[in-house]
Amino acid sequence: MLAMSRNDLLLFLGFTIAVLAMPIWLQPFGAAYPDLLQRFMIFGIFAVGFNILFGLTGYLSFGHAAFFGVGSYAAVWSFKLLSLDAIPAMIFAVVVSGLFALAIGFVSLRRSGIYFSILTLAFAQMSYNLAYSVLTPITNGETGLQLTLGDPRHFDRLFGEAMPGQPVPTLLGQSLGGFTGFYFCAGFLILAFFIAQRITGSPFGMMLKGIKSNQTRMNYTGFNTKPYTLAAFVISGMYAGLAGALLAVTDPLAGAERMQWTASGEVVLMTILGGAGTLVGPVIGAWLIKYFENIFSAINETILARFWDFLPDGADHFAVVVSSKFVGEGWFLTLGLVFVLIVVFLPGGIMEGVRRIAHLFDRKRSSPTNPGKTAPHPQPAE
Amino acid sequence: MTLLKRGLSRRRVLQTGMAGIIGSGVAPLMFTKGAWAQEFCNNPTGDTVTFGLNLPLTGAYAEEGADEQKAYELAVKHLNGEGDGGLIGVLTPTALKGNGILGKKVAFVTSDSQTKSDVARAGATRMIERDGAIMVTGGSSSGEAIAVQGLCQELGVIFMAGLTHSNDTTGKDKRRYGFRHFFNAYQSGIGLGPVLGQEYGKDRRAYHLTADYTWGWTQEESMKAATEALGWQTVEAVRTPLGAGDFSQFLTPVLNSGADVLILNHYGNDMVNSLTQAVQFGMRDRQANGKDFQIVVPLFSELMAKGAGANIKGIFGTSNWHWNLQDPGTVAFTKSFGAAYGAPPSQAAHTAYVQALLYADAVERAGTFYPPEVIKALEGHEFDGMGNGPTLYRAEDHQCMKNILVVQGNDNPTSEYDVLNVVQEVQRDVVTYDPAIFGGDLGPAEPAPLCA
Amino acid sequence: MFEVIFLQFLNGLDKGAAYALIALGLTLVFGTLGVVNFAHGALFMLGAFCAVLFRQLLTLETVTIDPTKLSPWGQPLEVRAPLVQAWFGDFGAVLVNYSVPASIIITIPIMLLLGILLERGIIKHFYKRPHAEQILVTFGLAIVAQEVIKSFFGPNPIPQPMPTDLRGAADIGAFLGMQANVITYPIWRLIYFLFSAAIIGGVFAFLQFTTFGMVVRAGMADRETVGLLGINIDRRFTIMFGLAAVVAGLAGVMYTPLLPPNYHIGMDFLVLSFVVVVVGGMGSLPGAVAAGFLLGILQSFASMTQVKALIPGIDQIIIYLVAVVILLVLPRGLFGRRGVMEA
Repeated sequence: MLAMSRNDLLLFLGFTIAVLAMPIWLQPFGAAYPDLLQRFMIFGIFAVGFNILFGLTGYLSFGHAAFFGVGSYAAVWSFKLLSLDAIPAMIFAVVVSGLFALAIGFVSLRRSGIYFSILTLAFAQMSYNLAYSVLTPITNGETGLQLTLGDPRHFDRLFGEAMPGQPVPTLLGQSLGGFTGFYFCAGFLILAFFIAQRITGSPFGMMLKGIKSNQTRMNYTGFNTKPYTLAAFVISGMYAGLAGALLAVTDPLAGAERMQWTASGEVVLMTILGGAGTLVGPVIGAWLIKYFENIFSAINETILARFWDFLPDGADHFAVVVSSKFVGEGWFLTLGLVFVLIVVFLPGGIMEGVRRIAHLFDRKRSSPTNPGKTAPHPQPAE
Repeated sequence: MTLLKRGLSRRRVLQTGMAGIIGSGVAPLMFTKGAWAQEFCNNPTGDTVTFGLNLPLTGAYAEEGADEQKAYELAVKHLNGEGDGGLIGVLTPTALKGNGILGKKVAFVTSDSQTKSDVARAGATRMIERDGAIMVTGGSSSGEAIAVQGLCQELGVIFMAGLTHSNDTTGKDKRRYGFRHFFNAYQSGIGLGPVLGQEYGKDRRAYHLTADYTWGWTQEESMKAATEALGWQTVEAVRTPLGAGDFSQFLTPVLNSGADVLILNHYGNDMVNSLTQAVQFGMRDRQANGKDFQIVVPLFSELMAKGAGANIKGIFGTSNWHWNLQDPGTVAFTKSFGAAYGAPPSQAAHTAYVQALLYADAVERAGTFYPPEVIKALEGHEFDGMGNGPTLYRAEDHQCMKNILVVQGNDNPTSEYDVLNVVQEVQRDVVTYDPAIFGGDLGPAEPAPLCA
Repeated sequence: MFEVIFLQFLNGLDKGAAYALIALGLTLVFGTLGVVNFAHGALFMLGAFCAVLFRQLLTLETVTIDPTKLSPWGQPLEVRAPLVQAWFGDFGAVLVNYSVPASIIITIPIMLLLGILLERGIIKHFYKRPHAEQILVTFGLAIVAQEVIKSFFGPNPIPQPMPTDLRGAADIGAFLGMQANVITYPIWRLIYFLFSAAIIGGVFAFLQFTTFGMVVRAGMADRETVGLLGINIDRRFTIMFGLAAVVAGLAGVMYTPLLPPNYHIGMDFLVLSFVVVVVGGMGSLPGAVAAGFLLGILQSFASMTQVKALIPGIDQIIIYLVAVVILLVLPRGLFGRRGVMEA
C-alpha cells in the first residue's frame, strides 16, 4: 500500500508542501486570508473527488452539489444534536452523503452519457427545490440551517460544559476559526489527494479507466462494470460530503443554494479547466475559480486607478474604464473568456499547458507531474 | 504588483504567528481573560475605520442593493463631513461631529451577496477577515440578514441589517450583535388590516399566493391574522417557488375559486412578475361575489412599483418610509440624495443610510468601537428626526419601534418616481407589540469574540 | 370543477408551447451537428434583448433641463421629448406600442448572423470533440454573452409592455358558447401559443418539404455518405445553426411581455430546455415538442392545491420527477432512436 513510485512520492510531497505553505506564497496575490484559504482546500477536495468519477470513468455527473449540500446539512445536524466537535460531524456527514450517493448512483448508473448527466441533474434539482420548500423543518429553507444557543447537543451536555456566546464547531475543545481551520482543512485535502492517488494507481483505478475508454469492450470481456462505476460514484459522493462538512465546520451554516445546478456545474468546470483525469489539475482548477470569484470580484475602480497610475493622463483613465469591465462585477466575464480560450487552445486543461511547457524545456523526459493523464478520449456515442 | 497587496499589519503578523501556536496546542495557556485590554475584532488602530457593505448587486433583489449602495456612499460622505451633511444635522439627540467616527475617517468595502445567504455570509467573512471591517451592514432579503447576523455574532462584529422584513430577524433568530431599523411583517399586518377593512369591507374572501420561504410564511401568517380579525375568510394559501418567473399556473386556479381578494406575499422581481401576470389575467377587471376583485401587496417599495408600471395603480400595501413625506428628516434626506444621484431614494436606501448613521452615533456616544459598549449604546436608544418620527431601538429584540406607512399605488403619477401615495402614517404605539410573542434569544455580548 | 381543470389544461398548453419552442432549437443543433449547446439559453436571452434594444431605440428622447422648475426632490426639472413621435407622429406612437412584435424584423437578421458567426468561428471546431469540451466552450460563450449584455443593459429586468390592445384577458368560455366570465385567459399568452405552433409547424414543413430540408435530414442520418455524394453539407449545417439561433431568438422576443428579461434569463431556461430535450429523446424534433407539452401540462396540474395536498412539494419537482421516470422506463426518452437523429 505504501510502496509508492518515486514520481508519485515526489508529486505527493510537492503537493503537500505547496498546500501547507499557501499562507506564505499567496501573500503577494492578496489571497492569504483564512476564509479563502479554507475554501481553496474545501473545493479542492470536492474537485479531487469529482475527478474520481468523471476523470477516471468518464461519467459526467451534473448533480454532485447535492452530495456537497447533504454533507453540510448532516454536519450541522450533528453539531446541533450531538456535539460541537468536528470529528463526529464529519464522520456522520461522509456516511450520510455516501448513502445518498449510493441510492442516486444505483438509479442513475442504469443509463450512460448525457442521459446519466440528466438523471443526476434531476435528482440534485429535486433535492435543492425540496430543501428550499417542504423540507424546511430539516433544512431551514432559504435562511439556512444555523446553530443556536438552544440546541440540544446531547454529547456535550453529558459532560456539562457550557460554552459562552454563539456556539462554534471545535476540535477537542479548540476553536476552528481562522488559520487553525485552514490547517485542519489542509490536512484533509492532503489526505484526500493521497487516497485519490492510491486509487488512480490501483487495479481498481485501472478498471475505471478501462470503463472510460471502452465500456462495451469491458462488458464483452466478462467484467460486470456496474459495481465499479457505482463504487466510484459513491466514493466521489463521499468526497463531496466531506467537502460539504468541512464548509460547515469552518462556517456553521448550511444553505440550499450550495445544492443548485450552478454549484454542480461549478465543480464540472473546475475539473475540466484544470484537466480532467489528472490528479493535480482539478485542484488547480478549483483554486483558480475560487480566486477569481473572491479576488477579482473585489477589485474596484480605486484599486485599478492606483494600478494604472504609471500611464500618462488620459491613457490611465482609459485603461481603468476598459479593465473595470473585466474585474469587480465583471469577473464572470473574465472567467467565461478563460473557459473559451482554455478549451480552444488547451483541450486538456491547465495541466496540458503545464505539460507542454515542461515538454519545451525537456524533450527527452516525459513530465513526471501527470501520471494519470492521457489525451482526451472520445466518449461513448450516447 | 502592488495591485492586491494589503500591508502586513502588526495584528496580522500576530494572527499568523498565533495560528501556528494554536496549531501546536499551546494556545489555551495564552488566552487569559483581559490579557489584551479592549482587544476585539478589527479594532481600528490606524486613522480610518472600515464599514463592510454586503449588498445584493445581482439576483432577485439587485435593484434594492444598488440603491442601498448609493445610500451608504452618501452616509460615509456625510459622516466624514463632506457634502451637505444630510441627516446629521437633523438627528436628535446626536453625538455626530462630521469628522468621521471618533476622529477616524470612514472607509468602506463592498461585496456582492447575489441575494443568496451562502454568498452573503462568505462575503461578510471576507470583509471581516481580510478587509478588517468593524461593522457589517446591508442586505436585502431576510435569509441573508439572518445568516449574516449569525456570523457576526460568532465573530464579534456588529451587523446593522438593511432591508429585511421577516418577523424572524428580530424574532426567533434575533442576535445580540444584530440590529434592525426596518419594520416587519407583523407590523405590516397591524397597519394594513384596518385600512383594508375600511376600503373593502368586512365580508371578503382572500386567496394568498406566498413566496415559499421564511419571509413569505411569516407575512402570510401575519396577514391572515390581520384579515381574519376583520371577519375575512381565507379561501386558500398557496406557496409558490421563489424566483418562479411564470406564475400563470398559480393564477389560473384563483379565477374560479370564489375568492374576491388576491394577496400577493411576494417581493422584488417575484412581486413585479406575479402582479403583472395577475393583471394580464384580467383580475383587476373582474367581478367576484358581486364585488370588484381586488389585489393587495402587503409589502412594496417604490422600486417595485416602478417595475410594475401601471399595474400597481390603486393597490394597497405597506412601506417603511417614503420620500415625499414632509417631515424635516425626510425632506433633508431626499434633497441630499436627489442632488447626488438625480433621483429620490427608495425605502431600502433610507433604512441603509439611517443604519449607518445610527451606528456611528452609537460609537460616538459609547466613546469606543468596542462592540459590547456600542451594543449598550444602541439598546433602548430613543431618537428622532430620521423620517419615521420618534423611534426607539428596543433592547429586548433590537427592533426599531416607529411609525410605518400604509401606501397605495398612485393613479396619476407626476413623474416616474411618484408612484406611491401615503394613505396613512400608522403611529408607533399602534404597531408596538410584545417582543416575547416571537421567542428567540439574543445571546450574550461579552466576552466579545475575537475574530481570526 | 370542470372550468378549473379546463383552465389548468389551457395553462399547460401555453407553458408547453413555450418549452417546446425553446427545446426545438436546442434539439435542432444536437440532431444536425451533434453539439451539446449550453449557449442555447444565451441565444434565447439575446433574442429577448433584441426586443429591448429595439424599444430603447424607438423611445430615445431629447432631455432638456428647465431651470425654472424644480422636481419634487428639489432638482432642476428635466423635460423629455420622445424623438420617434416627433418625427413620425401617430405612426411613431403605434410603432412604440407594438414594439415587441415589430422587433421581430431586427431579431431575425441579427440572430441569423450571430448563429452563423458562432458556428463558423468556434462551434465547427468542436464537432469531433468530446461532449464535455463542447459543454465547457458553449458554457463559456454563454457567460461571455450574458456578461456583455449585463454591462450594457445592467443587471435588472427591463419590462417590455405588450401592445395596449392585447392587454387583459379573452373570454374563451363565451367564445366556445359556455357561460361568460368563467374561462378567461390572457390574450398575449394565446398569441404566444399560436406563434409557437406556427414556428414549430414551419420548421417541420421546412425540413420535410424542401430539398434543403431533405439534404439536412439525410446529413443527420449519415453525414459522410451525403458528403461523398458531392453535397456541401457543412454549409447547410451552418445555416441550420443559424436557424436554431433564430428560433431561440424569436422565442425570447415574444416571451418578453410575460417575463421582463434580464441578462440571466437564458440560464434559467437552460436546464429546463435540456430536460425537455432529453425526455423527448436527444435529437428527435417530434420528441422535443411532445415532451415540451407533456411537461408543461403536468407542471400546471401539479401546481393545483388539490394535487399538492396529496403530495407536498410536487409542484417544485414534477418536471425532474417525470424526467427520471421516463428515462428509467424508456432509455432513450420518448422518441429517441439510435443512429437516426444522433451524431
